[in-house]
Amino acid sequence: MLNLPAILLQTALLLALAPLVTGLIRNWKAKLQNRRGPRLWQPYFDLAKFLRKDMVISEHASWVFRAAPHVVLISSLLAGLMVPMAATQAPLSLFGGVLAVIGLLALGRFFLALGGLDPGSAFGGMGSSREMTLSAIAEPALMLAIFTVAITAGSTDLSRIVATGQGPVLRLLDPAHLMAFAALFIVLLAETGRVPVDNPATHLELTMIHEGMLLEYSGRYLAFLEWGASVKQLVLMALLVNVFLPIGLSADGTAASLALGLAFFLAKILVLCAGVVVVETVNAKLRLFRVPDLLSASFVLATLALMGKFLFPQ
Amino acid sequence: MHALTPEFLLRSAWCAYGVGILGSLLCLRKERLAGLVGFSAASLASLCGIMAALSALGGNPAREAAVVELWPSLVPNVSLAVKLDALSAFFLLVASVLGLALSVYSLGYAGGFHGRKNVGLLGAFYNALLLATTLVFMANNAFFFLIAWEIMALTGFCLVSFEHEQDEARRAGVLYFVMSHIGTGFIILGFLTLFQASGGYGFDGFHSLSGNAKWLSSNSRNATFVFFLVGFGIKAGIVPFHIWLPAAHPVAPSNVSAFLSGVLIKTGIYGLTRVFFDFLGAPPMWWGVTVLILGTVSAVLGVLYALMQHDLKRLLAYHSIENIGIILMGLGAALLFLQNDHPLLATLALVAGLYHTINHALFKALLFLGAGAVAQATGTRDMERMGGLARRMPRTAFFFLIGAVAISALPPLNGFVSEWLTYQSLLQGFGTTTSLFRLLFPLSGAMLALTGALAAACFVKAFGITFLAQPRTERAANAREATSSMVAGQAILAASCLFLGLFPTVFLRLLDPVTEQLTGWRIAGRLSLANGLVLSTAAPGGGTVSTLGIAAVGLCLLFIPLALWLVFARGSRTRIGPTWDCGLKGLTPQMEYTATGFSKPIRMIFKALFRPRQEVQREYDYSPYFARTIRFEAHVEEVFETRIYRPLNRMVLRLSGRMRALQAGSLQAYLIYIFIPLLLLLMFAL
Repeated sequence: MLNLPAILLQTALLLALAPLVTGLIRNWKAKLQNRRGPRLWQPYFDLAKFLRKDMVISEHASWVFRAAPHVVLISSLLAGLMVPMAATQAPLSLFGGVLAVIGLLALGRFFLALGGLDPGSAFGGMGSSREMTLSAIAEPALMLAIFTVAITAGSTDLSRIVATGQGPVLRLLDPAHLMAFAALFIVLLAETGRVPVDNPATHLELTMIHEGMLLEYSGRYLAFLEWGASVKQLVLMALLVNVFLPIGLSADGTAASLALGLAFFLAKILVLCAGVVVVETVNAKLRLFRVPDLLSASFVLATLALMGKFLFPQ
Repeated sequence: MHALTPEFLLRSAWCAYGVGILGSLLCLRKERLAGLVGFSAASLASLCGIMAALSALGGNPAREAAVVELWPSLVPNVSLAVKLDALSAFFLLVASVLGLALSVYSLGYAGGFHGRKNVGLLGAFYNALLLATTLVFMANNAFFFLIAWEIMALTGFCLVSFEHEQDEARRAGVLYFVMSHIGTGFIILGFLTLFQASGGYGFDGFHSLSGNAKWLSSNSRNATFVFFLVGFGIKAGIVPFHIWLPAAHPVAPSNVSAFLSGVLIKTGIYGLTRVFFDFLGAPPMWWGVTVLILGTVSAVLGVLYALMQHDLKRLLAYHSIENIGIILMGLGAALLFLQNDHPLLATLALVAGLYHTINHALFKALLFLGAGAVAQATGTRDMERMGGLARRMPRTAFFFLIGAVAISALPPLNGFVSEWLTYQSLLQGFGTTTSLFRLLFPLSGAMLALTGALAAACFVKAFGITFLAQPRTERAANAREATSSMVAGQAILAASCLFLGLFPTVFLRLLDPVTEQLTGWRIAGRLSLANGLVLSTAAPGGGTVSTLGIAAVGLCLLFIPLALWLVFARGSRTRIGPTWDCGLKGLTPQMEYTATGFSKPIRMIFKALFRPRQEVQREYDYSPYFARTIRFEAHVEEVFETRIYRPLNRMVLRLSGRMRALQAGSLQAYLIYIFIPLLLLLMFAL
């Protein structure tokens, strides 16, 4: 029923690849802005350093503060195990489909926001409040876009959604499909805290969202949180590329096709990273109360996609 | 074991409730004894109720329910009959599980009233409320149903205004009383139309209507639908009939609040389910559409208003409106599926609604009990005066967190499971029809997603502001953990949430007789995969989920942080230090984020709905940046009250003012008033 090697391999892939994606985006973004930028593998060094460091924990914090980093890391990994990456069959697809992925990411966010509130610093509270608000208004667009693809597949099982997407590539140019993709791309930017919504590079006190919640974390716990955030980013990217461009995935699980699937997967992720980098470079960060406009645009796109499915059923 | 039939157990439960009522009243003077007798009797009765419900739901094929006459009736058409069929047994189970946990909790909680209020009275009313509610769920005759319904409403009123020396409690009590009776009026109208069609007041007669062709094509069937929707809708707290709920639930004693939010509003859901699926027969399309839309609106508005509250119990009360909305989404979808001939899908949607019914009862009661413990320890319900309680009341905090995760529909707890079922039925609904209405399914799914995410935001706020960071007041700093019986009551509910979250396929088997009675399908077997480890949709190839699997793999993954610690961090130390204070002289609780501040972004984004108003007064000497005092006030408009109920209220008052002119006090005029109708009646009669 469960494929243990697949679970271990995908967990390793998630943990190993996630910091690289973060590093890649930082490096490319710097290049595009005429800076030299950090090395590609700088995030790995950062993580290793955080892991070795001593920790300072706030005197006001309770056990929730200590639980949050673990929950964040594990829930992102669990969600990642339900998303197909190199193979059509995700290792844990029996244990949950896209609804469980959304639920698990929400679980991580819930605890992260509590961890932000626990030390009693106003920055943490600000970060928690904004994170929960923005994710809440991103949620309908996310669900509607997911519904659009799930209706086609007749299932919320991601492996099945990906499997039904196999076929002539031209079908992927269906306007409904493209609009749902655009809607989810906006949600991706919001959920991973990328530029028009949040600036991952800043610690400017009044603009930070995600960093605000991490402010009191140090050492090992900070490493878990940073790693968890990268994994979450990779999971959402994998969801986006494999649901909307399900080509090259290994269907039978032989070593050769897996290697090919992995190559395809990496290529797709690279392209998506490039997209994120371009968006981050050409846009300025939006004022907090302009973000809902962006997210409602995403909701409208998702609704249009759904109408498209309704008017032009395939 | 032969003697332990459900009927016997029921009788024992009633007797125990009776003992509870009488016992508490007899020991009115000795408050300790009164509490002990009243709440122990209620625990015992609830235990009997649980056993009765389980043995009624356990059998396969479904047991033929016996009609029990409580008392031989002297009046025709009225019989004091009860019948424990599957639907009744399910709701009895909800009420009894809650009754058990709440009664255990009350043993300690009532101690907070010693010397202040009469515990004996509390015990008596509490037992009477529980007894009346179980009778409502089981009555088999419209008259008996209404009698039990009214006893329930009246004891509820007495308990809402139990602390009647507070102005707030009195007002809330009266509002509850008035709304409840408007509801009863509509229910009576509904029963009268049913009586006209069936010629009796027995539920069995009503049930046989659903196969009656003449009734199915009649217009009065639609009228009945509307009457019951409004009548039971008021009790359930559906928007726009909800205004009494957030007023009444917070002011009652917390054990009663938990029962009101957990069970009492479910009598509305019970009534709707009973009438829609048992009496009225095949529904036309607009019924399902109406219920689905009402559910969606209630869910979204309920959670949005909840976010604006900083009274912990009021916040929870608004969440009840949200959850009733989610339940109605399931019921509405089921009605739509029945209409377009998909009984299996209808069963799935119905199961989603009923599963959410018991889930909401469990986690909402759990949260209310936690709120009660906190309110007792800090002497306030205002979250802005709490904080730091996780270190002072660790057990209560832990259980409250479980309830918060469950109500936010996060895996692996029970709220996630029932919302997952709701999503699945909405998703499959899209393919069942070709009309434009099918867009309704994904759109309400999207609104359900919004609801879930906002609920999570709301409970981050509720838990974070109440339990985390520094205590904001002296009282909160000196708070003590609740007594062991109060903790035990919460533990029962938390364990139930965990069980229903991790083992849904086991519990779903109990719903089989219910769905068999209402739609003719048993579905638990179809929903369970891999020996019950995995929950699936009944459709082949549909989604699957396993909360148990998620929890198990999650525990295994804990190995990763552990390994990282062993490899990298074994030599590192952990210091406890102050929170970063920007170089000032230490943080004070005043610098913490407040509940009002936390929800401000949402208040701004949805300002079209909330119409927020804020007032800031600053006193300063030299520059506004160095204020001596600041007063800040923020208000949110309750649109339904100011736009619908106040004008309505004014209109009624104005009309009654006009009517006063009729009562001039002159005898001749009154004789004329009597004479004219008489004349008219005679004319019609001839």
